[in-house]
Amino acid sequence: MLTTFQMQALLTAAVWTAGLSLIAFVLGGAVGLLIAVMRVSANRVLRGIAFTYIQIVQGTPLLVMMMLAFFGLSILGFDLTPFAAASFAMVIYSSAYFGEIWRGGILAVPKTQWEAAECLALHPVQRFWLVIIPQGLRISTPPTVGFMVQIVKNTSLASVIGVAELTYTSKLINNSTFQPFIIFSVVAVLYFCMCYPLAWWSRKLEDKLNVAHR
Amino acid sequence: MSPIVKLNNVSKSFGSLHVLQGVSFDVAAGSVVAIIGRSGSGKSTALRCINGLEKINSGEITVCNHHLHHDVTRAQLRALHLDVGIVFQSYNLFPHLTVGQNIMLAPRWVRKQSKSEAHEHAAEVLRKVGLAEKFDAYPEQLSGGQQQRVAIARSLAMEPKLMLFDEVTSALDPELTGEVLKVMESLARDGMTMVLVTHEMAFAKGVADKIVFMHQGRVWEEGGGEMLSAPQTPELRQFVGNGL
Ligand SMILES: Nc1ncnc2c1ncn2[C@@H]1O[C@H](COP(=O)(O)OP(=O)(O)O)[C@@H](O)[C@H]1O
Ligand SMILES: [Mg+2]
Repeated sequence: MLTTFQMQALLTAAVWTAGLSLIAFVLGGAVGLLIAVMRVSANRVLRGIAFTYIQIVQGTPLLVMMMLAFFGLSILGFDLTPFAAASFAMVIYSSAYFGEIWRGGILAVPKTQWEAAECLALHPVQRFWLVIIPQGLRISTPPTVGFMVQIVKNTSLASVIGVAELTYTSKLINNSTFQPFIIFSVVAVLYFCMCYPLAWWSRKLEDKLNVAHR
Repeated sequence: MSPIVKLNNVSKSFGSLHVLQGVSFDVAAGSVVAIIGRSGSGKSTALRCINGLEKINSGEITVCNHHLHHDVTRAQLRALHLDVGIVFQSYNLFPHLTVGQNIMLAPRWVRKQSKSEAHEHAAEVLRKVGLAEKFDAYPEQLSGGQQQRVAIARSLAMEPKLMLFDEVTSALDPELTGEVLKVMESLARDGMTMVLVTHEMAFAKGVADKIVFMHQGRVWEEGGGEMLSAPQTPELRQFVGNGL
């Protein structure tokens, strides 16, 4: 069986995993919203920049982004801690996907909503932020939460640059105790405890949306 | 009275499709003008041009002292929208906001009303359309007729000088059209200047001061309610005949 010390180490590691996920949700979400807005903007240059950003990020394995953020940036003189480098990579990674998901949601808002807002003399910026964005984000909620589950699972890749999150710590413990079945079962349960509420929430939101769009 | 809306030889095409071909008519302040005509005759387009939602190709439109040419600017359009309200066939309420929030949105952000001021005002226009108790409901919880009345209230809250209605009862079940028409009738009685596209001939005849019959992108006939009983053109005769 696992010792109390090992159990504690795993729980601490789970906190790092949750922290990394949270950073990806919040900062990745903020950058992602910016990317989504650029992606649907009337300005061709902004649209092009956002498009290129999404293409590059989606075309690069997260594992490689982790390595780049840690080893690559340190060659350029930015010495990030493993956790900072992993956070950086996670934010870039999640922002591109959030941006693409939300772009779809924004474009799915009917044109008549723009017109109704325009006819009430709302400024273009007000139309966008008060009328279009809330509806676009709401339409995108199920895929957004689905992607959040992916984020939690993909934080495991931070183990390759030595972040003491769940996957890294479990390997470490396994190396000294050789109880892979027990250790990785516990780890799987911990991941499940973080992902399941999100999946459940996503399903609930989807049901609610289906009711609203009867 | 001087006209509040004046269309002078207005033309509008979508590509090679000439939808409006030299349309002219006036709307006197405080009057109700009904635009009738077959589907595809350009009624909605005329209304959308009055509200600047479509840019005209030639001619001139004057609405509440705003002059719309083919090269109208965004700022001019916004100034126009402060004076003109429009209600669409499909209501177009904001589904993520409650009835009250729908109505208060523009007064708060555009007219810069305080929260309590906007709230009071919203309650008042809701009462006018008979939906005072629906302030906190979401649009999806209302019937079509109720949603359309909220859309009217939302427009009214901006205190427009002119209201446009584009077939506002066409999407409703027959038993729900009455409640919406009643609201429009009371607005007309209160002296609101209104231009409405409608298929409700009895309503047009009873409420409108002037009826404009459009056909193939032109004003084919215009006159008072009596025009429907004594059509001058075969086209209107046929339209009235089919419509009844
Ligand atoms: N945005 C548009 N693009 C292309 N054609 C349009 C557009 N809006 C209207 N039309 C065409 O213009 C004609 C007149 O339309 P409309 O003004 O909606 O007629 P009505 O309201 O009298 O039924 C129709 O043939 C319609 O297909
Ligand atoms: Mg129409």
